[in-house]
Amino acid sequence: MTPTALRRSYVESTPRERIAALADPGSFREILDPFARCSSPYLAEQGVVAQRDDGVVVGRALLGGRDVAAVAVDGRFLGGSIGEIGGAKIARVLERARDGAFLLLDTGGIRLQEANLGLLAIAEICDAIVALRERAPVVAVVAGRVGCYGGMSVAAALCSQIIMSPVGRFGLNGPEVVEQEAGIEELDARDRPAIWQATGGVRRVEQGHADVLVEDDLDELARALRDAFRASPNRERLSLERLRNRFAQEAPR
Amino acid sequence: MQRIVVERSGGVPVTKRAHVGAVASGNLEVLCEPPAEARATIVVSTSVDGFEPVWRATLERFLERYPIAAAIEINDFGATPAMVSLRLEQALELAR
Repeated sequence: MTPTALRRSYVESTPRERIAALADPGSFREILDPFARCSSPYLAEQGVVAQRDDGVVVGRALLGGRDVAAVAVDGRFLGGSIGEIGGAKIARVLERARDGAFLLLDTGGIRLQEANLGLLAIAEICDAIVALRERAPVVAVVAGRVGCYGGMSVAAALCSQIIMSPVGRFGLNGPEVVEQEAGIEELDARDRPAIWQATGGVRRVEQGHADVLVEDDLDELARALRDAFRASPNRERLSLERLRNRFAQEAPR
Repeated sequence: MQRIVVERSGGVPVTKRAHVGAVASGNLEVLCEPPAEARATIVVSTSVDGFEPVWRATLERFLERYPIAAAIEINDFGATPAMVSLRLEQALELAR
């Protein structure tokens, strides 16, 4: 029996390590790296220390030889929240993408410290995804500890395909928001099994809200990502019509 | 939020840029670059106020041990001195 190779965990990797491991070796070229010092100008005045890449890594990479845009949100910095700068980085790189894009989403959505600017940025990101997916695959990966919530869950839902791992979670409202808005009888935000049963990767793929389930393993994810690009946009796209049909089917009479 | 600057003249310049860490709970981001002049400059922004003596001791010990010339920026989110030393050494390993 051959010895089992150690898995390389996606969860344990940094955003740059994730892109490097998923793209063709050595092909990633980062745009506006930390030394460009494009950080949020709004955080210091609110007493929050800024990260120099604003928690977003973007650039160009090859994926199976295709020239694609690569995006990774850093879930470690302010919950992977999207502010004006990070959001603009994502939107611009998607607008300029040639043969598609992959987005490694580990994000709670809009950065509350930047409120409307974050909202605007996410609207731009959604716009760029919809424009790009008409001509090339846009694939989202939701496999980090934060998951993908809020406005960025809308962005993910607009992608051609979504790849998840059992670690990933995906939903419009995060557990704390659901608890606050609907009450603890609806959801106890400390109840981790309940959260993953409702929004975890296994469940989301079962429900068809995400397309592919892979283990927390960079090599497996790299294969799934290439498969997703070969398959091209086969996912039924999020449209108003589709949502109306679905609501008509699922709503209790 | 507090800003702390530590400087020391002389030292062997680092040759490359290095970026390690993140502004995450108990963690810090280190940006290390070749200096404009032969001196080490470390600029710290930290979210936790009141630890200037600990910062100075930690950073001066690092420069004592590694007499380098470099422009270093630290963005801190409540890292312990041990974590700070570890990240600085990690950055230095990549920058030399």
